[in-house]
Amino acid sequence: MPYLGGEDTVRELRRALSNPNVQSDQLRYRNTILKVIRAMSQGVDVSGLFSDMVKACATVDIVQKKLVYVFLCSYAALNPELSLLVINTLRKDCQDPNPMVRSLALRNMTNLRLPSLMEYVEQPLTAGLRDRAACVRRVAVLGWAKLHNLQPNSEIDAAVVNELYSLLRDPDPVVMVNCLRALEEILKEEGGIAINKPITHHLLNRLKESDVWGQCEVLRILQRYRPQSEDELFDILSLLDASLVSPHPQVMAATLSLFLSLCSGLPAVSLAALERVRGPLLAACGSVSRELRFTALCHIQLLLRSLPGLMGAHYKRFFCGYAEPAYIKQRKMQVLVELVNDDNVTMLLDELKGYCTDVNTDTAQAAISAIGRIGRSYSDRCLEILTGLLALKQEHITSAVVQTMRDLVWVCPQCSDTVCLALEGCEETLQDSQGRQALLWLLGVYGEQVSSAPYTLEVFIDGVRSEVSLGVKMELLTTTMRLFLCRPAETQDMLGRLLHYCIEEEPDMCVRDQALLYYRLLHCGIEETQKVLQGRRSDPSLGVLIGRPSEPISQWACSFNTLEPLRQGTVETDSTSRGSPEHVTFEPKPNTDLSDTLNCSQVEKVPSGSVSASRCTDASADVPASSIAAPLSLSLSPALSPEEFERLWLQRQVLHSEQGDEKMEEDYMCLEEQIQFPAIPHCSPQSLQAAMQLVNIQTLAFTPPHTLPWRVYLYTHTQHAGDSPHITLILGELLYTGEANQRAVLKKGVCDRELAVEGGEEEQVEEEEEATADGQRIRVSMRKEGEEEELKVTLKQQPRDDKALKGFLSILTTVLHTLSSERK
Amino acid sequence: MISQVFILSSKGDHLIYKDFRGEAGSDVVGIFYEKVTALTGDQPPVVMSHKDLHFVHVRQGGLYWVATTTADSSPFTIIEFLNRFTALVKDYCGSLSEKSVQMNFALIYELLDEVVDYGYIQTTSSDVLKNFIQTEAVSSRPFSLFDLSNVGLFGAETQQSKVAPSSAATRPIQSSREQGGKSEIFVDVIERMSVVIGTNGVLMKADVEGEIRVKCYMPSCSEMRIGLNEEFSIGKSQLRGYGAAVRVDECSFHQAVRLDEFDSHRILRLCPSQGEQTVMQYQLSDDLPSAPPFRLFPTIERDSGGRLLMYLKLRCDLPPKSAAINVCATIPVPKGSVSLSQELSSPDQSAELKLQNRAVDWKIPRFPGGTQLSALFKLEVPGLSSASMLEVGPVGLSFELPKLTVTGLQIRFLRLSPIQPGPSQRWVRYVTHSDSYTIRI
Repeated sequence: MPYLGGEDTVRELRRALSNPNVQSDQLRYRNTILKVIRAMSQGVDVSGLFSDMVKACATVDIVQKKLVYVFLCSYAALNPELSLLVINTLRKDCQDPNPMVRSLALRNMTNLRLPSLMEYVEQPLTAGLRDRAACVRRVAVLGWAKLHNLQPNSEIDAAVVNELYSLLRDPDPVVMVNCLRALEEILKEEGGIAINKPITHHLLNRLKESDVWGQCEVLRILQRYRPQSEDELFDILSLLDASLVSPHPQVMAATLSLFLSLCSGLPAVSLAALERVRGPLLAACGSVSRELRFTALCHIQLLLRSLPGLMGAHYKRFFCGYAEPAYIKQRKMQVLVELVNDDNVTMLLDELKGYCTDVNTDTAQAAISAIGRIGRSYSDRCLEILTGLLALKQEHITSAVVQTMRDLVWVCPQCSDTVCLALEGCEETLQDSQGRQALLWLLGVYGEQVSSAPYTLEVFIDGVRSEVSLGVKMELLTTTMRLFLCRPAETQDMLGRLLHYCIEEEPDMCVRDQALLYYRLLHCGIEETQKVLQGRRSDPSLGVLIGRPSEPISQWACSFNTLEPLRQGTVETDSTSRGSPEHVTFEPKPNTDLSDTLNCSQVEKVPSGSVSASRCTDASADVPASSIAAPLSLSLSPALSPEEFERLWLQRQVLHSEQGDEKMEEDYMCLEEQIQFPAIPHCSPQSLQAAMQLVNIQTLAFTPPHTLPWRVYLYTHTQHAGDSPHITLILGELLYTGEANQRAVLKKGVCDRELAVEGGEEEQVEEEEEATADGQRIRVSMRKEGEEEELKVTLKQQPRDDKALKGFLSILTTVLHTLSSERK
Repeated sequence: MISQVFILSSKGDHLIYKDFRGEAGSDVVGIFYEKVTALTGDQPPVVMSHKDLHFVHVRQGGLYWVATTTADSSPFTIIEFLNRFTALVKDYCGSLSEKSVQMNFALIYELLDEVVDYGYIQTTSSDVLKNFIQTEAVSSRPFSLFDLSNVGLFGAETQQSKVAPSSAATRPIQSSREQGGKSEIFVDVIERMSVVIGTNGVLMKADVEGEIRVKCYMPSCSEMRIGLNEEFSIGKSQLRGYGAAVRVDECSFHQAVRLDEFDSHRILRLCPSQGEQTVMQYQLSDDLPSAPPFRLFPTIERDSGGRLLMYLKLRCDLPPKSAAINVCATIPVPKGSVSLSQELSSPDQSAELKLQNRAVDWKIPRFPGGTQLSALFKLEVPGLSSASMLEVGPVGLSFELPKLTVTGLQIRFLRLSPIQPGPSQRWVRYVTHSDSYTIRI
């Protein structure tokens, strides 16, 4: 009766329910009750029928009983007094010989959620715990949890808790699992159920009896257990091994969660576990259920953070199906970007290219920015694709391409020529503010290379009155200023017009203020303006920083198998709509986490004496003890974030190049060395990072192996344990350009005195001589093996401390040496 | 832990609402629907949150199946539960649709009551549930003359009765109890292909995901033995028999399956419970035992009048006895295409320009193996440039291959023991679907 109003429906139903003819005919009675429930689930307020429904409760027809209970449980809270009438029927049903009736009554008695009825419920619940039928015990156990949550502040009955603990040994597995659940809720204040050794082993032994849902629950609760010995731990792990590759993804995920929490101290075991779940996770990725696919993809992204090579061979599994929904396609593209390497890059780009013209604009834009991410390491191929897409002259594609190019050019300035060529004519297709902002930024920064830049800007400036986007106006101001600096003759007039408009007529405060600021800046003279506007450019060396160190598993283990990973994507897509790259940090993702872990990871002091003792035999000849006499220790704290590193590194470079020798700071030192290690550029980033971390050197970023030029950035803090207690910070870069450099020059620049000493020449300072000798000897020893490849080491130290720097260098060479000898 | 479960129709009607823990009001249903419809795109994210409540939902049968939960619960568990719950509803009601859910709401409430208590999943096994579920399903299938045509004249076996009617597997599992329905068992081998074929016709990617599903309508069935091909092998190294090997890469079984005869004779033993269950799942990657079922030979050019000409030849490489049905090729076309004129090789085919999807859909109802079809499409695209050709392709193909498995997996025999009293029928069906079949141009 959907066409009747709510009140009419209720009146109609009440008449039918109180009709004796209906009541005597079981089928008609049941059908009337069905109508009540249907009205209820459609949202009609049928609470007025409560008293009639209470009467309908007293029946032998189980179907009718169940229907009435559905009604009563929904409306009991509104009619506490009338609910008292039901209790009698329910208590009578609890004595019924049919276990189904008993469990039904018990469950609904506790579902009424009325604190006033508590006293009537406790007795049947106690009896229920000892019932013969398992289905009644299941209900009774959870009933106690419901009862406790109704009155959370009431005293916990110790007898009940004991009884529940003893029911963990119940033959029925569901009763056992329900006991766990109930105890978790009742003892919430004490931190949940006490998981000791006997309980753990009891639960593990009976794990196979439960169905998958029960297994998940048990595995979740066991995460709190800490094995007492390593043997016990491995016993547990081998018991769980079969569940790790379970075909049920929920069991697999719960088991992996437990593995990760048990093995938090054993990274190697955890990594092996991640390898084991690869198969089941990939299977879940191909599941029929799209929602399950999505969940599996999100969790694979987590795993890849610690084990980037995990899915390398299976990249084809992440190709998008054409009928898949956009949210799965976008996740798959995020995964694909992580999996790119020299062998599959052609295939991957071909595949991504196909998505760029997807009907769904979000998918198309995601594909374009994925190509941009790959462009950081394979810029030529990607730029070719991106430039090709511009020819389509479609609004959303052009916008995404220009934004992607802006981001790409910031990290790979060497692409700027290609990008500048491609920019011609884009402005006609661009409509949205994000795309135009990106175009303006590019025009401002590379204005001298784009011949048509002033004309493009003129169109923008002529249309500034009708411009609605605040961001575009701000960007336009900055761009015009920048272009004025490099092409004054063409731009002067329009800059004047723009400033005049913005200061005199522009309604928006921010734009007006910025225009005023620029106006006053111009008054200060052209040098000042230049200093402000052209201050910061990206460092070309950052272009190769695509490799990021794999994170420790503990970083994400706590969010594994929760809803967290599924929700992150929505945040990430926002980052595509951002302003110019100067205002955002480079690689925003890993930094904060990284510094956190470094802080909490144990900082072990490695005295350099022991390191030098373990030097390779061929280098052990006659190192003068003086250079490393004072025990030097390295430490990773305070941690340095990648941004901070980048800032310091660039700052030093600027000082170095601009101010030259006259105004050099006292407390800063820069040193360049060429040392020869044949195999280092070919070793995996993981092993390099692990080796460095052993001696407390943190690698921040590196290029993937086998790419040229190959680079690693690293830092550490040095501290002399002995006489001088001050701490210095060392930033370092390892560079391998690939040319077999025959020059064999050992160059060392000490900035404050601007000394460049050619290897083998006469030395002025004693310590330097030792370092040179040291470096040369290594070179000589390497040459014996017929290798001519050189690794350039650049170190920057602050504050200056020659001894510490030298000590550090010796530790570094030792580590590299050990590593390269392992490779052979 | 699940706080509430509700089912919404695509229009936002409340079909089922059950609150297990009483922690949040029923107004969250409205909030969920607002959130779902406010999002753009073809499907909103699986997880959404409102304050500290999280909605996890799946879409099946055109309905939203939603659970609300806390942040720390396992998404795998909740999603698998919702999927299992939809499967149970399908088993008990016969089919999944707004109508069947509306008609059987009492049954669904009863199911929910038994399956979840206080937000904790109790059991989802149909063996256990059948003892508790009392309500009978209301079948929404209208009376059809087709059902009568299956009855042979004077009880004689007709040709038709050797083929299971397509509707046979969409009936409630429990109706047999009262109506004395047939005791039947269906074993389906279902495979899904995802294939990418490069511009030069080279197979770039070929994955097959397969499963054996058993749907059982027998009230009591003690043991069933399913014999697979003797040559069936798992992994690369293991080869069996002398015939053409049937190989899969990975294989997993339902926990109720006993594998003691699997190694020697490739026999699966299990006691099927009522309803539908997946007995075995397997995958094959990067390797097909035979040629991919379809090849496309496209010629695409611009004519002098600024029209786009697409001449497509589609060849079906299946064995001559088999045929593909419901084939649909989706060809993306440049933006701004206005109209389509077509020349197709037979009248039963059809083609249509879908402006919303920016694609031409070419539909072929039946496509026998070993044959070739061709089509000529002329598209009117104002302002067609050479760059627009980039937008043409890759072509997506969707199809169904009945009575065929691409891996070659076959059921050798299906034995029930002890022999069922009374008439029982065993059906084995094979089908291969296209999960994603992409041909680059």
